[in-house]
Amino acid sequence: MLQEESDLALIIAQIVQKLKGSNLYAQLERQAWASLQRPEIKLESLKEDIKEFFKISGWEKKLQNAVYSELSVFPLPSHPAAPPEHLKEPLVYMRKAQGSWEKRILKSLNSMCTELSIPLARKRPVGEQKELLNKWNEMGTDEPDLSLFRPVYAPKDFLEVLINLRNPNYENGDSHSFRTHLGLIQVPLKVKDIPELKEFFVELGLTAGQLGIDDSTQVPPELFENEHVRIGQKVLSEQDSAAAQQYIRQGSPTALRAELWALILNISSQPEDILYYEQLKTNVIQHDLLVDSLIYKDVKLTASNDDYYFVFEDYLYQVLLCFSRDTSVLGHFAYNSASPPKSYIRGKLGLEEYAVFYPPNGVIPFHGFSMYVAPLCFLYHEPSKLYQIFREMYVRFFFRLHSISSHPSGIVSLCLLFETLLQTYLPQLFYHLREIGAQPLRISFKWMVRAFSGYLATDQLLLLWDRILGYNSLEILAGMKASKPKDIFTWKWTAYDKNKQTKTENWKQSEYRPYGNG
Amino acid sequence: MSRVSVPCHVKGTVALQVGDVRTSQGRPGVLVIDVTFPSVAPFELQEIMFKNYYTAFLTIRVRQHTSTHTPAKWVTCLRDYCLMPDPHSEEGAQEYVSLFKHQMLCDMGKVLELRLILRQPSPLWLSFTVEELQIYKQGPKDLGIWFQVSPTLPASGQYAFALQSPSMTFPKWLSHPVPCEQPAPLLEGLPDPSRVSSEVQQMWALTEMIRASHTSTRIGRFDVDGCYDLNLLSYT
Repeated sequence: MLQEESDLALIIAQIVQKLKGSNLYAQLERQAWASLQRPEIKLESLKEDIKEFFKISGWEKKLQNAVYSELSVFPLPSHPAAPPEHLKEPLVYMRKAQGSWEKRILKSLNSMCTELSIPLARKRPVGEQKELLNKWNEMGTDEPDLSLFRPVYAPKDFLEVLINLRNPNYENGDSHSFRTHLGLIQVPLKVKDIPELKEFFVELGLTAGQLGIDDSTQVPPELFENEHVRIGQKVLSEQDSAAAQQYIRQGSPTALRAELWALILNISSQPEDILYYEQLKTNVIQHDLLVDSLIYKDVKLTASNDDYYFVFEDYLYQVLLCFSRDTSVLGHFAYNSASPPKSYIRGKLGLEEYAVFYPPNGVIPFHGFSMYVAPLCFLYHEPSKLYQIFREMYVRFFFRLHSISSHPSGIVSLCLLFETLLQTYLPQLFYHLREIGAQPLRISFKWMVRAFSGYLATDQLLLLWDRILGYNSLEILAGMKASKPKDIFTWKWTAYDKNKQTKTENWKQSEYRPYGNG
Repeated sequence: MSRVSVPCHVKGTVALQVGDVRTSQGRPGVLVIDVTFPSVAPFELQEIMFKNYYTAFLTIRVRQHTSTHTPAKWVTCLRDYCLMPDPHSEEGAQEYVSLFKHQMLCDMGKVLELRLILRQPSPLWLSFTVEELQIYKQGPKDLGIWFQVSPTLPASGQYAFALQSPSMTFPKWLSHPVPCEQPAPLLEGLPDPSRVSSEVQQMWALTEMIRASHTSTRIGRFDVDGCYDLNLLSYT
């Protein structure tokens, strides 16, 4: 059909345009240039011979992986008349809600700035730069006075905003009718129902083997585990991103996980990437930002207190401080409903040539942000590779967990999906919790915002994140919340059943906390 | 082929409802919008574009100019086109939509008037309509040639052309970066001079192509001339 052909042409044109500016393009050119010296490349069939050479030498596969990566990350080109903000978020009222939420955050940061009389950014004096460079690998030993700093916001503040989200064109009557949602989220987004989820997550069905279940000691490894590991090694030797993404849906063997994730995210540590990381490190040393203190505070409050992640404290600083300076992250705001905060150079207010983004990557960290990085430290020990993996995970998945959008993997849809699933699986529990005023979403929201980091044992968390990569979707988090902690909820339910008179506050205090932080 | 916007006059929406609009409890589920073209002769419709606002199904009826003396009749050219797969949820509720003449049930050669019938069966929405309605007819046919004349690497503006002419074939420069010339058949003994020159020309073109392109990776500076001393954050 005419429309499909033109859509395909447009997608191809867009991907070519994006790849033209990448390192891979320069490398392919160099390879093509160098290959001209090879005897099998003949001038009369130049194009075909070079193509054949690329195929044999594995460069075609690299290009294929790059194209696959672009297709996974960037949304399909929308209607030509759609303005850029429509691509960020199609629903107008959600854009407005995100805008006012951002304004609140900016006001909070500005007031912190004026109250504490600390500039948003300052250039470090040379002595301080030298000192920081010397203790770059052990920033955790520093104990700066952070008592005056407070996180800009916590997940529970964000939840309040989501609860109050309303579509002005929707029948939001005061009286309860079939229109009001029983949970906290009151916007009618389309979420998958159980048959659709079963079809989407078909590899997680009972008839397919899973790592994390079918590799436990009672199950003989010949049944599933050995074959699965063998296939994993084959996938890695082929270096095929799409195959790796399909493979990882059933879990990844621990030994292969680091390479598999790097293959799926299309990360390879080139010298340019290491240089780029070093440049970011230089930026950290030269300029001191207010968000650095927020990052310090967050790491000290969350990861440092965690039994599993406190050993990685120094890595976390090295990754997060550099992340704040990385302007390439600004690219993801094209498909993120959020927008980066803007500021002007002192004395040049209103002049567009002196407008900058703050922080340089446009992302203001909130309470618990460092927990996105912590589990990755188990997989990658080289700082620049760890950094690249985290950055890619953030611009593909994690940004959706703290911005208001109608995307199926956005936090609003995930909350609605969780509430719908819980109502279907455990209707009595859901009803009872509502009656006593303890909405289940209030308890499980923070698990979801952190993608369960800090709330699950690390091996289980990494298996969960395998599925996020495999399905290129965060919906597994909502399913996870509804099914695994079902045990937690049902345990609490039976205990609670015995003292029905207990007030809501007691319920909240006795929340199940497997690891540390709230 | 490009398209040209046709100035149209969109009349106010009329709700179709059984019973008295004022006293009945429910909201109308059917709206009708008439579109006339007062200053334009009967034209061939190419594309209808609009922004949806919570309309679930769209039916379009057209009245065309007839050469005989029979009065022009209304004909349905699009029946129950689904804009929202689930009328109760937000999917597709505020999307931009284009409908082309090949999707219509009848020939759209001499359009006089259009009638859009909007349906929203779900009682959840307070109102529904379509916005930013634009009608296009076929434009002049010269823009296609522009593409093929310049074989050198295109600036980013060139691919924007593909956007506006959806029926254009795939741009040639993507699959043939170098202008292809057939080499002359080889003569006995000596290599054919025209063939050698064509091969050299191909080599030259390849070199030029490589030299012309350069990576556009951002340099990554976030400061302005080394200075990152900031005021407070701006709210606008």
